[in-house]
Amino acid sequence: MRPDPAPDPGRPTPAPPAAGPAARPSPAAASRVLETWRDAALVADKDLRVEWRSRATLGQVVPFAGLVLILFGFALDAHRPTLRLAAPGLFWLTALFVTVVAAQRSTAAEAADSSRRMLLLAGVHPGAVFAGKAAAVAVQILAVELVMVAGVLVFYGVRIESIPLIAATCLAATAGLAAAGSLLAALVAGSRARETILPVLLMPVAAPVLIAAARAFDAALGSAAVNGWRWLGLLAVFSVVNVMLGVGAYGPLAEEV
Amino acid sequence: MTVIRLRGVVVVLGRYPALAGADLDVEARQTVLVQGPNGAGKSTLLRLCAGLHPLRAGTAEVLGCDLGAERPAVRGRVGLLGHDTALYDDLTVTENLELWARAARLPVAEVPEALDRLGLESRLRSVPVGRLSAGQRRRTALAAIALRRPELWLLDEPHAGLDRPARRIVDELIVEAAASGATVVLSSHEPGRAAGLAARTVTMTGGTVTADAA
Amino acid sequence: MSDPEAKKPTTGSLTTRWLGLAVLAGTAAVALLGLLAAPADDVQLDAVRIIFVHVPVAIGAYVAFGLTAVGSLMWLWRRSAWWDVTAHAAAEIGVLLCGLTLATGMLWGRPTWGTYWEWGDVRLVTTLILFLIMVGYLSVRSLGGDEAASTRAAVVGLVGAVNLPIVNQSVNWWSDRTLHQQSSLTDGKLENLTLFTVFLAIVVTVLAGLWMMIHRFRIGWLERELRAADLDAAIEARRSEAAAAADLDADPEIAAPEAARNRP
Repeated sequence: MRPDPAPDPGRPTPAPPAAGPAARPSPAAASRVLETWRDAALVADKDLRVEWRSRATLGQVVPFAGLVLILFGFALDAHRPTLRLAAPGLFWLTALFVTVVAAQRSTAAEAADSSRRMLLLAGVHPGAVFAGKAAAVAVQILAVELVMVAGVLVFYGVRIESIPLIAATCLAATAGLAAAGSLLAALVAGSRARETILPVLLMPVAAPVLIAAARAFDAALGSAAVNGWRWLGLLAVFSVVNVMLGVGAYGPLAEEV
Repeated sequence: MTVIRLRGVVVVLGRYPALAGADLDVEARQTVLVQGPNGAGKSTLLRLCAGLHPLRAGTAEVLGCDLGAERPAVRGRVGLLGHDTALYDDLTVTENLELWARAARLPVAEVPEALDRLGLESRLRSVPVGRLSAGQRRRTALAAIALRRPELWLLDEPHAGLDRPARRIVDELIVEAAASGATVVLSSHEPGRAAGLAARTVTMTGGTVTADAA
Repeated sequence: MSDPEAKKPTTGSLTTRWLGLAVLAGTAAVALLGLLAAPADDVQLDAVRIIFVHVPVAIGAYVAFGLTAVGSLMWLWRRSAWWDVTAHAAAEIGVLLCGLTLATGMLWGRPTWGTYWEWGDVRLVTTLILFLIMVGYLSVRSLGGDEAASTRAAVVGLVGAVNLPIVNQSVNWWSDRTLHQQSSLTDGKLENLTLFTVFLAIVVTVLAGLWMMIHRFRIGWLERELRAADLDAAIEARRSEAAAAADLDADPEIAAPEAARNRP
């Protein structure tokens, strides 16, 4: 296909721009999966680096999450027993708000100056772009959740009974939230009403997270006697399903410009 | 070999027919200048050839790939300099190129050299692209294309916003690419500026190709 | 029948007229049977009669949502315009039926459970989430952008359809104290006449839904054709612009106003 019949100009020797190896080599199926992971890691690394540079998560989202937790305290009249009972639900409602903000920011970075075309033209599979962006969003949400756990310990006076259950719940629920959030945010990106439509789309779909993660926290914080690990299974299903949806559906969305 | 073959191509952006039945043939190793007034469809034509737009009607073949079915394959093989430069504002010049190189599986070690070629001094390389001038942005984007050494260069107004020395650098880059066997399609709404580069000039009006002079 | 307006496109046809008549007659029959002939329930008294509305519209809502999900998939997979229009039509009718399901359910819940809303009820909560998902689907539809809107909405439809069973399961576990009566239709406690009326109501509702679907589908299809015609006209205009420029060797600036639009 190459117009130049001459042999490859050769990689090591710096050469003037010649019609060289322009196409990504198309590897065998097995290594294609590996390549996709590599691309996803590349995108995640890029997003996290940009995020770290602007410190928006640390500087704006963490205070936002803390503020919401404190405002719940005012709203519930700072009644400790009530707060302790409501802590799991309030925690995950706050996490949902954080997801909306983080996913919104993540897509906004891609929309500016059509920069996402770089990855498209580089030949990165849209599924890999999605996985990378969702992973970066998940890392940010997890970081905020870490602070929020400290927050409910201090302000709501809860006690942690099972650290592994807390950690596992956060991981499973956050993966699902980040996946659904990233997909839906990409979907409304570029429309004028995106700020209002994203919550409308995400909240109903995220209902299982609110229910299941809050019940798992009930168990982990000892606010109710439930089997937290059963809920964890549901969260895992939710996450796997939404990651798969995102990987599959990101392509058609990326083509629509 | 025919690198670009367009027949009655219609491309619709929103509800606006940016291309309204364009026909074009470009042979390998040709350098073609696409000229025409603003809004003639030049940019859309170049983006279409890069596999970025779906066809509403007509047929298109680029580098032997059918644009109806194999757009991703085309995207991975061309070098497109669009109006918007497809760079990340928050990343530095070097970071942008390294990301591009890794994503497109190009040698990262050649990034400094590509930047050298486009005359981007080292003090600029650690500046976020968002803070560059328009000309510096375009040179960064051109460095990304130079790094890929594509078979087909699609350059939308490559001289826009460039000062005289930078323009010369870009001209050299285009001449070298053509000499090494690549096909180059560049657009300009000021034909005088780019006419020396191309042996053939194609004129677009109203989303179609209206004149073709070798 | 020399109608001067005959050439005007219409969504009605002989089929829809007969269908409409059948729905009207059926509705009258259901009203008579349901309100007068069918006996009151021993426990729920007259409140049981809401079953003649509630059950059919609930079934209709879920069928409509199923159509939206299938249509979404077919649009993403095959780019089928027919299914795209079907998905949109079904979503609008589905929101209506889903809203009716919730409203009638709450009206029935008040005298029977003593409360309009019962969080512990799986079907009620799941149906509410479904309602919200479909509202989201319609708001994405309204964003504009023709094909882009179709793709976006299709993804929403798919995301909703895939997540709904998970929602259902989570609510199910959440409320191990379900209030909703187990299906009244199959537990054999209903009188024969009541049962007959319910099934008649289901048939009538399905026909009514079909009637609405046909009209709404035809509207959607006509809109598509209108857009296609507009586009053809725009392409023609663009070509003649080129021809005119070629004739006159026109000043390049004539086409300049187009530049603003020549961006995605």
